[in-house]
Amino acid sequence: MITDFWLHPSLILIIGAFAMPFIPKWLKKPYLLIVPTLAFLDVVSMNHNGTFGVVQFMDWFLTFGRVDGLSRIFAYIMTLMCIIGTLYGLHVEDDYQHIAAWLYVAGSLGVIFCADYLVLFLFWELMAFSSVFLVWFRKRAESLWVGYRYLLVHTAGGLILLAGFILRYKATGGDLSFGMLNVDHPDLATYLIMVGFILNAAVPPFHAWLPDAYGEATVTGAVFMCAFTTKTAIYTLARSCAGMEILVPLGVCMALYGVVYAVLENDSRRLLAYHIISQVGYMVAGVGIGTEMAINGACAHAFAHILYKGLLFMGCGSVLHMTGKSKFSELGGLYKKMPMSFMFTMIGGLSISAFPLFSGFVSKSMIIAAGFGEHIYWAAFLLTLASAGTFLHTGLKVPYFIWFGKNNCSQETWDKAADPPWNMQAAMAVASFLCIFIGCYTAYLYNMLPYPDVAAQYHPYDSYHLSETLQILLFTALGFFLLIKKLAPEPKISIDLDWFYRMGGRGFFWLASKPIQFADNCVSEAYRYVGLMPLMTTARFWSWFDWHAIDGVVDGVARTVRGVGGKVRMMQSGQLQYNIFYAVSIVGVLLVFYVFS
Amino acid sequence: MIVKLIDYFRDRLKDVIRLCYVLLALVVLWDVIFVSKEHAHTAVEHIPGFWALFGFVACVLIIIISKWYGHLGIMTREDYYDN
Repeated sequence: MITDFWLHPSLILIIGAFAMPFIPKWLKKPYLLIVPTLAFLDVVSMNHNGTFGVVQFMDWFLTFGRVDGLSRIFAYIMTLMCIIGTLYGLHVEDDYQHIAAWLYVAGSLGVIFCADYLVLFLFWELMAFSSVFLVWFRKRAESLWVGYRYLLVHTAGGLILLAGFILRYKATGGDLSFGMLNVDHPDLATYLIMVGFILNAAVPPFHAWLPDAYGEATVTGAVFMCAFTTKTAIYTLARSCAGMEILVPLGVCMALYGVVYAVLENDSRRLLAYHIISQVGYMVAGVGIGTEMAINGACAHAFAHILYKGLLFMGCGSVLHMTGKSKFSELGGLYKKMPMSFMFTMIGGLSISAFPLFSGFVSKSMIIAAGFGEHIYWAAFLLTLASAGTFLHTGLKVPYFIWFGKNNCSQETWDKAADPPWNMQAAMAVASFLCIFIGCYTAYLYNMLPYPDVAAQYHPYDSYHLSETLQILLFTALGFFLLIKKLAPEPKISIDLDWFYRMGGRGFFWLASKPIQFADNCVSEAYRYVGLMPLMTTARFWSWFDWHAIDGVVDGVARTVRGVGGKVRMMQSGQLQYNIFYAVSIVGVLLVFYVFS
Repeated sequence: MIVKLIDYFRDRLKDVIRLCYVLLALVVLWDVIFVSKEHAHTAVEHIPGFWALFGFVACVLIIIISKWYGHLGIMTREDYYDN
């Protein structure tokens, strides 16, 4: 994979992951930080666009390294998040968790840099099959089931994607290159590829795997998962489906769907997971709008989102790590015990809510502005409405019901609660710094965008935008505090579309155990009467025939032989002279017979 | 330090709430008097304090519609999926 001195960052992580078990314990912590940092520096050093790492495999030329504006910004934030995530999980002594996380990031980077569908598919599956371990390593009874559900959904999605590739390969006469699809006149192959991608972006109705898995993942695993799968999918959509109109309504639906379920959710990490759906909705809509400004917006929002959502998962993960609880109905009033975690989570909350001076403000607004710019007013207004919902539950509900509000903690939870170990706090501090830095110094992010010239003309900090945002956010806060009783956590779960395959699976089990089993019994009975009984009767006849006729003949012969043998035996006395006498007599008889015949 | 600051505000909750209301009023006033509407995309945005109203109504709608939807039977007992 090394061509023209180009080193694939996935290779660094994959080798790093497999070498991990051989690293001595005293070197482990520095090693855990050095490897992702090397991958990050590798990405940062890619200054020139170009195609690298072309490998011939049978009749195909596989391209592992397409470096351009779009792949660079995504690879940059993915490797940066890998450093932060690994720092957050530095205390974890289980090598396999780190290995799974790094392979997962390697899969994501492989998708980002590849330029053909074969390589994409390879890394796409690597992502699914390594990330599932981040769920299984939670090691609860449910983790196993959740992991299998996650894997089944992603395998199905991968197969849809593969079907799309194959159809396209046939239709185009052997084109495997991963680039813009014909979105103006989409054919079946285009739709299949798009569905494969949006399944990983968690677009309803293919979204239920996300809260299911992210709510159950390990504390550190969720930090990785919330960053990579959905944002890699956004990258693939931006690469292949920019301007596909159907993505605009899908994105808006996502943004609102996530908000509704986030209001209902009682588990803090599941709430954040639902809210990923909402946030990724902005990006999907941005890709659907498809203008340079909108694609810039989608990339900027993905960049900012990875950091603040990671930060939020780290904050709520800290609470889970320390207390073992993540449900609002079992937490509350913890600000005295976990003030640092509160502060970091609040920074994440303000960033995601797009408060001025925080990262969401400079990224989300770009997509909405692109919507207004293209006169898609309904989408722009609904996305603005969803942003009120964002502040409502991530900026207000999460911090309020964990760190303030009614104290629902048991004595044990309260005693255990404290700020987490230094490495977790350090990771949150880095992410917090970046959230504020991006919000304050827009050039840092805007210069990295795929269309930096367009981005340079966008100024989020004008008085109208500031006034608009502050009004929406502050009056949302007013609504929150006026209706706070309605939002009190309820210890319930919300049924989502995974009902269909969870209960569907159960339905299949019922079908197998009841009607199919019954039919099987009927067939067995019928067989017994129609098939087995005549068979047995015939068999019994043949048994009788065998016994009486065949055995009779055989036994008759045997009995005769035995009888003759007995007689012959009786004639023997064992003395030699008798034997000679019989032998000579027989010879004599034979001679007489011979002579006279 | 953070804890002390929070406790300081909690001890004066009434004043904090009053201050917040003043802040809300100031934001709307600023919008009505000073902010130029030339960047507005649609006609409705020229209504004074439009986005304040939008934010408040959005929040109330989201809470009420979500809770209504949840209580249709979507929210259910936690062991729903257990055997």
